[in-house]
Amino acid sequence: MRSRLSPSGLPGFAPAMAVTLLWLCLIVLVPLAALALRPWSLGLVGVWHSLTDPRVLAALRLSFGAAGLAALLNLPLGLLVAWVMVRYRFPGRDLADSLIDMPLALPTAVAGIALTALLAPNGWIGALLTPLHIKVAYTPLGILVALVFVGLPFVVRTLQPVIMDLPPDAEEAAATLGATRGQTWRRVVLPALAPALLAGFGAALARGVGEYGSVIFIAGNMPMVSEIAPLLIVIRLEQLDYAGAAALALLMLVVSFAILLSLNMLHRRMRGRRA
Amino acid sequence: MTPTASRALPAPTTEQPATRAALVVLTIVLLAVLLLLPLIVVFAQAFSRGLGAVLAALRDPDAWAAIRLTLSVAAVTVPLNTACGVAGAWCIGRFRFPGRSLLITLIELPFSVSPVISGLVWVLLFGANGWLGPALDRAGIRIVFAFPGLILATLFVTFPFVARTLIPLMQEQGVAEEEAAITLGATFWQTFWRVTLPNIRWALLYGVLLCNARAMGEFGAVAVVSGHIRGQTMTMPLQVEALFNDYDWVGAFTIAALLSLLALATLVMKAVLEWRIGRPGGGPLL
Repeated sequence: MRSRLSPSGLPGFAPAMAVTLLWLCLIVLVPLAALALRPWSLGLVGVWHSLTDPRVLAALRLSFGAAGLAALLNLPLGLLVAWVMVRYRFPGRDLADSLIDMPLALPTAVAGIALTALLAPNGWIGALLTPLHIKVAYTPLGILVALVFVGLPFVVRTLQPVIMDLPPDAEEAAATLGATRGQTWRRVVLPALAPALLAGFGAALARGVGEYGSVIFIAGNMPMVSEIAPLLIVIRLEQLDYAGAAALALLMLVVSFAILLSLNMLHRRMRGRRA
Repeated sequence: MTPTASRALPAPTTEQPATRAALVVLTIVLLAVLLLLPLIVVFAQAFSRGLGAVLAALRDPDAWAAIRLTLSVAAVTVPLNTACGVAGAWCIGRFRFPGRSLLITLIELPFSVSPVISGLVWVLLFGANGWLGPALDRAGIRIVFAFPGLILATLFVTFPFVARTLIPLMQEQGVAEEEAAITLGATFWQTFWRVTLPNIRWALLYGVLLCNARAMGEFGAVAVVSGHIRGQTMTMPLQVEALFNDYDWVGAFTIAALLSLLALATLVMKAVLEWRIGRPGGGPLL
């Protein structure tokens, strides 16, 4: 009886699989294949020239650099928020916890114009910074703020379940053996959270590299200075340079996947070592 | 957590009370400034010239066209991706087969693709210089810079949501209840409607909710395929951009306020559903 009740005993596998694969091919795989094939109509040399244009290199540096820096900044911020949400009880905690997902629920264009309105020289926060000669909106600093905004929930939501599952006995043992709270943090808590921090960093980075809507309003979009790579794709497309747009898009995807894959492997090694 | 009040020394597995208070205050300030303030500024800007200006912005025919278009796009894309997401989750959550984790990776692929690239792929296929563009043009069919393009771009970016929320739950539930139904002589559809669907309904609603929020709020992907024809191919987020670039701040922030209300409603319903299904946990959800 037991073997007849194996998972394959359920009906409906073949039609459901057919629907899934058909839809996956039509909506995701065929379009991505079109992207992968298009740049080569320029020829290998043409693709090289298209991608080594100084404006392209500056945009790629900015997109990956700002996304990496924002993801890095989000590690301490996300750790603070996740720790406080899981370990402490205070009035308004549930409300604060729901608020964390705001950047994911708010359409990116709305986030973009809202951050611009706040940080523009005459905005609520911008007006406070102007006397200090700090300019955020329409500079690369504005891009960083937007990417911290969209990336924060990724770090918090990756850390929360891990902090929740953190066994209390390790911290108790450390305290019993005479460790100060600071030592326990450095030697016990942070190493246990390291894989999750890495995963959160990767998720925030991946989101930041491709981010468009929340960035373009606040960036100022000056070529070579504050022009992100996704915007350059749009500009090339508007100039009907399809192959050039596809080349840049393909490079971005390949580099992003390479970064994610290496973070993934590092993540697995860290977890393997701890287990 | 461990009660701290009755002990003479601070509990060894938590921070000092002063540190705790400082961290809580720091967190609240961070969330208020970084996450709440942008939301407040949207409504403040919308109402900066009073209620009359907001009502005038809402009566604009282009604003209405944008609202109608956004609702139409969601009405087409959400059911399609929901049906397919359920089919995918049924395969992955209820059966073991080679390549299962590859299939999960492929389903989640659109999450790691830039919104701009999610729109670009459709222009490469159907645009004026695209593979099928000239042929479709001769046949008089418009896809890019028209409604079908908006649909395709939105389908791409919202593809993973439903499957992604259902797969962990369905894997955890196992197949025992469905097997019992089949053994007792139920047909596939009877089993699906009477056993599977009731078991996954809250998670399914959760996935549909997130899928809908993204479908209505998507900007980058639809910006690339829309062509920005006012009153025709402008969804609400695109209308926000156009009005903002026209320096019509009240108009831009009025539409943005509507989208913010959608985001708030999504967060409230999400909290209710999380309470219903128990917090899903495990990774970013959108």
